[in-house]
Amino acid sequence: MSGWEPVVGLEMHVELDTQTKMFCTCAVTKGDEPNVHTCPVCLAHPGALPVVNRRAVEYATRIALALNCTVQPRNIFHRKNYFYPDLPKAYQISQYDEPLAVSGWFDYWVDGEKLRCRINRVHMEEDAAKLIHAGGDTGRIAGSDYSMVDFNRGGTPLIEIVSEPDIPSPEAAREFLQQLRNLVVELGVSECNMEEGQIRWDANLSVRPEGSAELGTRTELKNMNSFRYLQQALEAEIPRQIGILEAGGTIDLETLHFNPDTGTTTPLRSKEEAHDYRYFPEPDLVPLVIDPAWVEDLRTTQPELPEARVARFVEQYGLSRADALLLGGSHALAEFYEEVVAAGAGAKPAANWTMGEYLAHLNAAGLEAGHGHVTAERLAKLVKLVADGTVSTSSGKEVFAKMIEERAEPEDVVEKHGLCQISDTSELEATVAQVVAANAAQAEQYRAGKRQVLGFFVGQVMKSTGGRANPGLVNELLRKALEG
Amino acid sequence: MPTLDPLRLTAREAKRLLVEGEISAAELAKVYLDQIAAVEAAVHAFILVTADNAAKYSTKVDREMQATRGPLAGLPIAIKDNMVTEGVTTTCASKILSNYMPVYTATAVRRVWEDHVVMLGKTNLDEFAMGSSTENSSYQTTRNPWDLATVPGGSSGGSAAAVAAGEALWALGSDTGGSIRQPAALCGVVGMKPTYGAVSRYGLVAFASSLDQIGPLTRSVYDCALLLQHIVGQDPKDSTSVALPESIALPQGERLDGLRVGIPGEYLAAGIEPGVRARFDETVARIEELGGRCTEVSLPHTEYALPAYYIIAPAEASANLARFDGVRYGYRCADPVDLLDMYERTRGEGFGPEVKRRIMIGTYALSAGYYDAYYGRAQRVRTLVRRDFEQAFADVDLIASPTTPTVAFKAGSRTADPLSMYMCDICTIPVNLAGLPAISIPCGLSDGLPVGFQLIGPAFSENRILRAAHALEGAIGFAPAPTFRDSAAGVANDAGWSPQPGGLCAQALREGAS
Repeated sequence: MSGWEPVVGLEMHVELDTQTKMFCTCAVTKGDEPNVHTCPVCLAHPGALPVVNRRAVEYATRIALALNCTVQPRNIFHRKNYFYPDLPKAYQISQYDEPLAVSGWFDYWVDGEKLRCRINRVHMEEDAAKLIHAGGDTGRIAGSDYSMVDFNRGGTPLIEIVSEPDIPSPEAAREFLQQLRNLVVELGVSECNMEEGQIRWDANLSVRPEGSAELGTRTELKNMNSFRYLQQALEAEIPRQIGILEAGGTIDLETLHFNPDTGTTTPLRSKEEAHDYRYFPEPDLVPLVIDPAWVEDLRTTQPELPEARVARFVEQYGLSRADALLLGGSHALAEFYEEVVAAGAGAKPAANWTMGEYLAHLNAAGLEAGHGHVTAERLAKLVKLVADGTVSTSSGKEVFAKMIEERAEPEDVVEKHGLCQISDTSELEATVAQVVAANAAQAEQYRAGKRQVLGFFVGQVMKSTGGRANPGLVNELLRKALEG
Repeated sequence: MPTLDPLRLTAREAKRLLVEGEISAAELAKVYLDQIAAVEAAVHAFILVTADNAAKYSTKVDREMQATRGPLAGLPIAIKDNMVTEGVTTTCASKILSNYMPVYTATAVRRVWEDHVVMLGKTNLDEFAMGSSTENSSYQTTRNPWDLATVPGGSSGGSAAAVAAGEALWALGSDTGGSIRQPAALCGVVGMKPTYGAVSRYGLVAFASSLDQIGPLTRSVYDCALLLQHIVGQDPKDSTSVALPESIALPQGERLDGLRVGIPGEYLAAGIEPGVRARFDETVARIEELGGRCTEVSLPHTEYALPAYYIIAPAEASANLARFDGVRYGYRCADPVDLLDMYERTRGEGFGPEVKRRIMIGTYALSAGYYDAYYGRAQRVRTLVRRDFEQAFADVDLIASPTTPTVAFKAGSRTADPLSMYMCDICTIPVNLAGLPAISIPCGLSDGLPVGFQLIGPAFSENRILRAAHALEGAIGFAPAPTFRDSAAGVANDAGWSPQPGGLCAQALREGAS
């Protein structure tokens, strides 16, 4: 399989968290009774007309700006025509050759390396309604007894983001998507809840001889509703294409359905028999004229995005680039970290505790950052207890575990379990004297110049104090005792 | 109570009688309901007569609304059946909407309802407003009250015939390529298409969204302005609607001093019948008598307007009518075996032949590979047509033409030849392509049938058009009323009905009022 390189492009759809739908005033909600959020417009009753949701345009523009796109001062909506029961007008109001924004880029990181993917376009459209196929086993229309339509979702503002084919591997595709999702969440325009399908994507994949500048024939992959499936589907499709090409065959331009159970891709329909959508400008809407001053207002009120935040963490907190990426890459973790620092913890120890114990706790408990069983204030207190020597680093980890177990303040844990660091010179002098006396041979070695034996003594003192001894003080007292 | 002749009564006069208490709203409604009872069997103007509503609502206006009467209170109106009316079926004269009960009301209709007009019913039209004779209705063929053997024009043929036949004081229609002005011309009434965007399209069942516009059909220019006053205005529910730069004024004055009127040679070259040409020339002479100055202007791209229209309108229609799929409302075929079968049979059975023809033309014109050659090109023609008008209006205030090349033609005479039917709108279509306002007023008879005179103005020049039309109307003094003769039958008779226009209803009203 060597000698070939894959080329991936992604097309993503994001449902916006606006209060109302794209072209009517019905509420955008999840989980309500079917068909309660409907009106003549989103049910496509005769005579009803669309009116553009201003907030949706704002949210879409924020996404476009975050992706470094050029927001077009004049853009227009088109009708995309096809018949299906989830599309009440039998056309989707979308954008075609004059979209909201074009020609941007997105920088993302794979294994510590920054990659840039060009963004072709960002455009606005409306979501379809939800179909429920009853009867039959597959939940698909074929074989079902009847189908029901829930129009609550129909007309929800939807943003389409189309990348250029710049993504070099399945892993990079997964990283791109995860980081792009983080970005959208960061903008506050969508929660991108995957289970509710708020973010969905298709991938285009082709392979070409390594180093070639030309693109091969692509296939389009669908039904990858997790980041992992995206990577798996691409990993399955690459060898299939290479196999065909090496056998002298050609790739068919077709749409493939990924089956996560078998890990294989199967043809859905070929592009030749695809719909002719007969796009034409939507006559019910006037061209959307976007005031450049309004765009500038949005630009200056954009929230801090991950890229800028990572740079700031390096600058402001003196973190390494790797640590800054880990802490600053997602909104929730970054926010938690900054709360710990704001509560008085030192930036570097706060970073170590957040990336170490706190992340391990989140992973073990399957929780999102900010939703763990330790608040930023409590973690900050613990970091301070370690910093001022009240608790040793090793005891600190025990305190952290007990804080979660008992949902308690760190100082109470320390008190209750006697985990206070021993910094009392007279108490430690006695222990040191005992350890030195009990290990006369090693003491001899030390005095003979084998200074590394000191570590052995430190370990012994720590052992007999249950890890609570102040390491600095132990070192000092041991040296004094041994050098006598 | 004064004797009222519904064939001649204007809204202006009816309003005066109501305001001065010489007549009640209920009595006025009864004038029209009686006329409907007398002539509807021959004219077939209405798809639905809301007689109960008209009687009850007019009584309510009399009893309960003395203090809060709207400006149009008690004035009976007919509404073209392609404007949705909550609680009153709206069919677009199509089988596919035969059982459709709207859940909301069109903005233009709501506005006149809120002014307390009395709705008499929903009028017939060519199915989805596609046609020029009202013969494409799935329900009935409306006849022209001037000669029942002829068509009333279309697509607002029901509204025009209802006003002409005295079955309504006035009416609302819609105009996509001439659908108000052409039937107004053929029925001898006033019809106006406002500037695109002046009247909200919300609730007007779309035929061609970029061309459709609601407007009045009335017995006088003054009435036209009065009704227009109450339907115009920006609507937050219609993004293409706009606020007029000046409000609609009720026209007055008898002179046209200084008015520069352009006569486009291209329109007169388009096969205008001699009788129509004669009335037109006489009317042009009257403009000069009133102090106006008529000069020739050129609209060089006129010949391309019709073909461009028959690409753009069907293209938009093909998408607008796609929602009638049997899924949510309206007609659904019996026992579909699967989704595709339901779509195909619902639409196959629900739409009539002219609608299908236009859906197919439009679908074809938008298809991949043909878009640029057809739709793209038609849009460029549209721009050229608009520019023609802009250039002409640099030199003249208004443009005048015959509204239609011929007077009302015999029913059935053009149905076999769609192109000859399409030619009816040769003088009206360019106006829709350019989004301009235009009015048609009666300017005399030819062979006993009315001839329409069209005045076209720049965008938002409604007041200028109405002032000129009003002065001209006075000078023309068009007075005859339709005779309800039937040139085909020799006697006016349709399904056993005997024509007794005018007198009968006055009698009936007296009986009813005694």
